[in-house]
Amino acid sequence: MKKVKTIGCEEALKHLLAYLDQEVGAVKHREMEHHLEICRTCFSRAEFEQSLKTRLREVGRGTVRASFEKRIKTLFGRF
Amino acid sequence: MTTELNRGLTLERTADRNSFGEKVTGLLDQLYGAALRLAKNREDAEDLVAEAVAKAWASRRSLKDPEKFRSWIFRILTNTFISDCRKRALRPQAETFEEHPSDAESAFSLFEEIHQPFLLWWGNPEKDFLNKLLSQDIEKAVDTLPAAFRVVIVLSDMEGFSYQEISEILRVPVGTVRSRLARGRGLLQKALWEHAKDAGLIKSR
Repeated sequence: MKKVKTIGCEEALKHLLAYLDQEVGAVKHREMEHHLEICRTCFSRAEFEQSLKTRLREVGRGTVRASFEKRIKTLFGRF
Repeated sequence: MTTELNRGLTLERTADRNSFGEKVTGLLDQLYGAALRLAKNREDAEDLVAEAVAKAWASRRSLKDPEKFRSWIFRILTNTFISDCRKRALRPQAETFEEHPSDAESAFSLFEEIHQPFLLWWGNPEKDFLNKLLSQDIEKAVDTLPAAFRVVIVLSDMEGFSYQEISEILRVPVGTVRSRLARGRGLLQKALWEHAKDAGLIKSR
């Protein structure tokens, strides 16, 4: 396996959100993992951004009211 | 012959409707959750979902790949929202879809404001900050975002769509998705910071 390039904090921060979104390629992913293993500040930041994403995900969950479910079923009946 | 043909068409339509209904019902909470953050209130969110579902049924033949039903119906939902925004933009004080905050505003990082490296071993102010935030605080912060940024945050962070899927849903290049997400997240963090200061969750500096 090719040796992983060591990247600095600036480079890591540039790709951090895309990395957390699983939107970086395999090489960049390995570089990010390597950097987060050796840099405590960037690791803490990654942890924070991930926790915020998780909270957002939770907030985005909606539960429809029974009256709305009924409205949609009535709509289906007209199709 | 004609009666049989009609019966066949009716059966096909019923099967079509049942399958469509099942898929929509399975996604209803997700569609409503997204609509609620886009429209910002329950009634408008319900209207938005109902309108999107009716449009989706009317254009169901345009869906070529059944595997893409979820992103397809979310595209209809977001398009309906965007076109509503554009119609309303003609009215005073209405939310518009085209808003471009400055880069300085959107480059804000909550972590940089909160993080204290010297507390590393005996405190975690970032974690404390997130623990103090209520879901309503986050909802309010999302609601303050301009619509163009709110949409990508909803699709990415809340609904988990990939950049490519968001690009297809919004019909914008992936690069635009990336930049709107980066700017939207910066604005969201700034809004959370301001809210936390106002609510006394942190001491203002």
